[in-house]
Amino acid sequence: MFHSRTVEIGVGLFIALGLAALFMLAMKVSNLAVFAGGNGFDVVARFQNVGGLKVRSPVTMGGVRVGRVKAIDFDDKSYQAVVTLDIESRWNRIPTDSTASIFTAGLLGEQYVALEAGGDDLYLKAGAEIKLTQSALVLEQIVGQFLFSKASEGAKSDAPGGAGAAGGSGWGTGSTGAAK
Amino acid sequence: MIDTLRRLGREGLSFFERLGRAHLFLAYALLGVPEVLGRFRLLVAQVWSVGVLSLVIILVSGLFVGMVLGLQGYNTLVDFGAEESLGVVVALSLVRELGPVVSALLFAGRAGSALTAEIGLMKATEQLAGMEMMAVDPLRRVVAPRFLAGVLSLPLLAAIFSAVGALGGWFVGVGLLGVDEGAFWSQMQSKVDLYDDILNGVVKSVVFGFVVTWIAVFEGYDTVPTSEGVSRATTRTVVHSSLAVLGLDFVLTALMFNQT
Repeated sequence: MFHSRTVEIGVGLFIALGLAALFMLAMKVSNLAVFAGGNGFDVVARFQNVGGLKVRSPVTMGGVRVGRVKAIDFDDKSYQAVVTLDIESRWNRIPTDSTASIFTAGLLGEQYVALEAGGDDLYLKAGAEIKLTQSALVLEQIVGQFLFSKASEGAKSDAPGGAGAAGGSGWGTGSTGAAK
Repeated sequence: MIDTLRRLGREGLSFFERLGRAHLFLAYALLGVPEVLGRFRLLVAQVWSVGVLSLVIILVSGLFVGMVLGLQGYNTLVDFGAEESLGVVVALSLVRELGPVVSALLFAGRAGSALTAEIGLMKATEQLAGMEMMAVDPLRRVVAPRFLAGVLSLPLLAAIFSAVGALGGWFVGVGLLGVDEGAFWSQMQSKVDLYDDILNGVVKSVVFGFVVTWIAVFEGYDTVPTSEGVSRATTRTVVHSSLAVLGLDFVLTALMFNQT
C-alpha cells in the first residue's frame, strides 16, 4: 500500500522539521539565548518600595542589560522589600558602593533595576548587598502630592473653586510648580 | 409531559453511556500503545498519513496567520510608536494561543476527519469484525497506532506552525513595513520565556492532540455502520473536536497564564 522507504524518509523529515521548529522557537524566539541559565551571581538590594517590579525584570548598567531580577521578598523585620539580582558572571567589576534604583522604561513601560557604578575599589561578589538604593516612583503618590500642593496654593490665594478646579487649572500652569 | 421527561432521561442515559464507552475505549487503546512502540512500522505509516500529509496546510496557514498578525499588529502598535514590539506581539500570540489552537483545528479538519472516515468504513465493511475473527484485536492493530501518531504529530505540527508564523511576521514586519530587524528579534527574545510560553504552548498542543485524536478514533470506532452513519460520525468529529479544543484552550490558558 505504501512505498515503505518514501514513507519512512518522509516521516523522518517531518519529525526533524518539527524538532527544528521547536529548536528555532527556543533559540530565536525565547530568551534562552540571552540567559543560558543561572551562571551568574546573586546580589541583594533592599528597597522601601519596589513598585511594579517583577521577577525576571531586567537589571541594567548604563542602559545595558547585565542581569535580571531573580526573586522579590518581603522582610517583616525591617519592613523592606528584598530584591535578589542575578548578575551575569562576566560583569564582576561592579563597585560595592554602586547605587540600585528602580526606574520605568518609557512612560508606561516595565520597571527595571538600574545600577550606577560607585567609586570603590572593592567589587560586588556573590551574596553581597547593595546598600544604596532608590525606591520606585509611585505615580499616584506624585500626582497626589502635586494635587495637594496645588490645592493648598489655591486655598492660600483665596479662590473657593474647590480642589478639582484648582487641580484642573494646575495642569496648564503648573509645570514650574511641579518641578520644585 | 411524562413523554418529555422520558425522552430527556433516555437522551441523558445514552449520553452517559457513550461517554463511558469512550473512556473504556480510551483505556483499551492506551493499553495497546506499548505494543505499538514495538511494531514501529505501523506507527511510521500512521505518522505519515496523520502528520506528514497535514504538513502543507499547516505550513501555508502558519505563514499567512503570521503575516496577518504582523500587518494587524503593526497598524495598532504604530499609533503608540511601539512598532518595535511587533515581534513580541507576533511571537506571544503564536506560541501561546494561535499555534496550538489553529493547528489543532486544522488537524481536526484534515487528519481527524480522515481517521474517523477510515475507521468508520473499516467497521461498515466489517473489516474490524474480520480482524476479531482472526483473533487480531482491532483496538491494538488499528486504533492504538493511529492514536499514538496523532498525539505525537500535533505538537510537532504546532511547533512548525509557530515557527513559520514567526517567520511570516518577520517577513511582513521587517521586510515590508520596515520595522528594525534587531529590535524585532531582541524584543521578542526578551519577552518570550522558554518555560512559561513555549513549553506551555507545547503542553497545550499535546493535550489538544490527545483530545482530537481520541474523539476522531472513537467516533470512527463507534459509528453506525452505514454510509450515513460514517458521514455523521465524520461531521461529529470535526464539530466536537473543534469545540473541545476551544473550550479546553480557555481552561488551559486560565491554568497556565493566570499570573504574570
